[in-house]
Amino acid sequence: MAGKPAILPWDSNSVRQPGSASKFTTIRISTRLLEFNRMSVALFVPCYIDQFFPEIAIATLELLEKLGVSVEYPAGQTCCGQPMANTGCVDDTAPVARRFVEIFADYDAVICPSGSCTAMVRHHYAEYFDPQDTAFQHVASRSFELCEYLHDELQVDSLDASFPHRVSLHQSCHGLRELRLAASSETRVPRVDKVRSLMGLVSDIEWCTPTRSDECCGFGGTFAVNEPEVSAMMGRDRIADHIDARSEFIASADMSCLMHLDGIIRREKKPIRVIHVAQILAGGPFAEGQRSIPSIAHP
Amino acid sequence: MHGSATSSVSLPIVDHPTAAKPFVTNDQRSHWHDQALWFVRSKRDKQASAVPEWEYLRELASAIKTHTIANLDRYLEDFERNARALGATVHWAADADEHNAIVLGILRDHQKSRIVKSKSMLTEECGLNHFLEENGVEVVDTDLGERIVQLRKETPSHIVLPAIHIKKEEVGETFHRHLGTDAGASDPKYLTEAARQHLRSKFLDGEIGITGVNFAIAETGGLVVCTNEGNADLGVSLPRVHIACMGIEKLLPRFQDLAVFTRLLARSATGQPITSYTSHFHGPRDPDSELHIVLVDNGRTRLRQSDEFREALHCIRCGACMNTCPVYRRSGGHSYRATVPGPIGSVLSPTREPDRYKSLPYACSLCGSCTDVCPVKIPLHHQLLAWRKELVGQNLLPLGKRWSMRMASWLFRHPWMFSSAGYLGRISLRWLPHSLTHCRLNKWALSRELPKPPPESFRHWYRKHR
Repeated sequence: MAGKPAILPWDSNSVRQPGSASKFTTIRISTRLLEFNRMSVALFVPCYIDQFFPEIAIATLELLEKLGVSVEYPAGQTCCGQPMANTGCVDDTAPVARRFVEIFADYDAVICPSGSCTAMVRHHYAEYFDPQDTAFQHVASRSFELCEYLHDELQVDSLDASFPHRVSLHQSCHGLRELRLAASSETRVPRVDKVRSLMGLVSDIEWCTPTRSDECCGFGGTFAVNEPEVSAMMGRDRIADHIDARSEFIASADMSCLMHLDGIIRREKKPIRVIHVAQILAGGPFAEGQRSIPSIAHP
Repeated sequence: MHGSATSSVSLPIVDHPTAAKPFVTNDQRSHWHDQALWFVRSKRDKQASAVPEWEYLRELASAIKTHTIANLDRYLEDFERNARALGATVHWAADADEHNAIVLGILRDHQKSRIVKSKSMLTEECGLNHFLEENGVEVVDTDLGERIVQLRKETPSHIVLPAIHIKKEEVGETFHRHLGTDAGASDPKYLTEAARQHLRSKFLDGEIGITGVNFAIAETGGLVVCTNEGNADLGVSLPRVHIACMGIEKLLPRFQDLAVFTRLLARSATGQPITSYTSHFHGPRDPDSELHIVLVDNGRTRLRQSDEFREALHCIRCGACMNTCPVYRRSGGHSYRATVPGPIGSVLSPTREPDRYKSLPYACSLCGSCTDVCPVKIPLHHQLLAWRKELVGQNLLPLGKRWSMRMASWLFRHPWMFSSAGYLGRISLRWLPHSLTHCRLNKWALSRELPKPPPESFRHWYRKHR
């Protein structure tokens, strides 16, 4: 990792192997948390989560606090610039990206509950900055998707959470194929599934497996309105696959996919719901301060 | 491009969402198409996972292609020299018109007018069939899928599976009309046998055989043509003249490089370990025969000069990106109105006519599946994103979209305005009638609900609670 700051308390390249947890891990983690308390960690809340899904941001914040990380939410933050970048509007993206780096440059780490927005910062900011710009290098290399941060940096191996429901995982494409949070079905590179292994720490989940493990849901940002018919069909197909797997909840680490899927689910009154992984890991809130999940209404 | 012009005469500028609508809103057909191609993708996954060094092969293939394209001038000259030494005649065509004129010239020299042709996307790209037919030549496509498409006066909807959009019942109707099969017959075995008999007579009548080229080897001057039906071999075995048409990017430096690609090609394309026929041609087969090789540029040199899109020249036309593309599977190949559809087509088509094909780079959710499936590691979804930037730079994005992004950018730079706009949005969703917030003008709401508005934003909550 170019521009890795010296404060990193351990080698971030070491990937924890599943099942490697021992009684010593707890001690290791607590010393690590002491280090983390000295780190300044910022929360980046994507624009649409801020305005329309505050419960996801609250769950993320509370989860991190529960794990002993003191997180700040820097005022003035808005968006990473992805909507403009993905439309091709470079000139409209550049000032938003530069603003983002200015706001987050002084933190040791930036955590975001979205794979897509994190991928934007990590992999697509380069063209808006001088390659020698240290603030840019720092922010790009120290921005983490929430699950990635918990898995790779914090190396969480136990969680006090229970979710006694049938759950299926929706892999967000950018989390999967840009951040490589798991192995995509196309490639033959063995990888730890970071989201799934964190979810494995939650007790009482009954897992359901859709037949197409990582097909796109059809959100794709402005694609959802540019190609409304194709996008909606992609969403309907994903929902049907998860329902056929007998799932009650489609869980994902990306709320944008879920916003699109939920829009179709509610329009078509499908017997399934969406939930952000942070809500499961944190044990809520689920909506407007609700701490428990009302039982699912099957139409 | 005559090949695709026939289907897009009424639509000079391709609007993918509009072109896709009839296909994607036919729920039954669209799902049938999606599942047929997903089946091929699943077969590909099985084959890929049976090769432990799969990722290494992809890496190697990509490196070989990068090297070849970088040294294309040298390898083309090597190839020409070695092919001539084997007795082949090598022709150079700068564009589609030159290519077509060269082929017609060879036919005229031999006073022949009946062609049997195996699959070649290059001749589709150049509109060869149309051109030859206008000049009184009978062209018979001998690949079964291409023959079906040709009889129906359509164009291929997929580069490997040209008739994947046509159901067996529809093939039955076409064959009934053109080949005299029983009305209503749709048994694939029966129809294939009928096509076989029909094509057999065409093979016997054929005066000149045209094939495409999968790989050409600079070191040997040899050509490799891969088919499953053996139609390329049959087509060039009886006539005394074989014309092989190839894009200049089909070159490989050495014979030993070929193995990397034959291992990747069929596995990626159809999920087979290898194509049924992998035929090597080294010069004309005997002193009385001729082998003509037409090397075609048609925009490839220009593409080679582009740092952003050069890697698109790595493409070995396996079609894996189409099989995996969730948009292609649901919208059908014809919705792209281009010779090469799907992700690679959406990269290649705008290099020829950016204005006409400007909607194709947006016919993509940027899921990245194409990039991961590509056997030669073309970063397809990144190239589609790069195309969007290129199109905006060329002022080809509709003004409405351009201004909405300018507006969004402004909002995101003014947190107070951003948060007020969000507040207004939530209030409107709460108090305005559903029929207004979800009206037809709101494309999001055509088939989805908008989010349920929360009472406050996170930033507001944070100020109160932390």
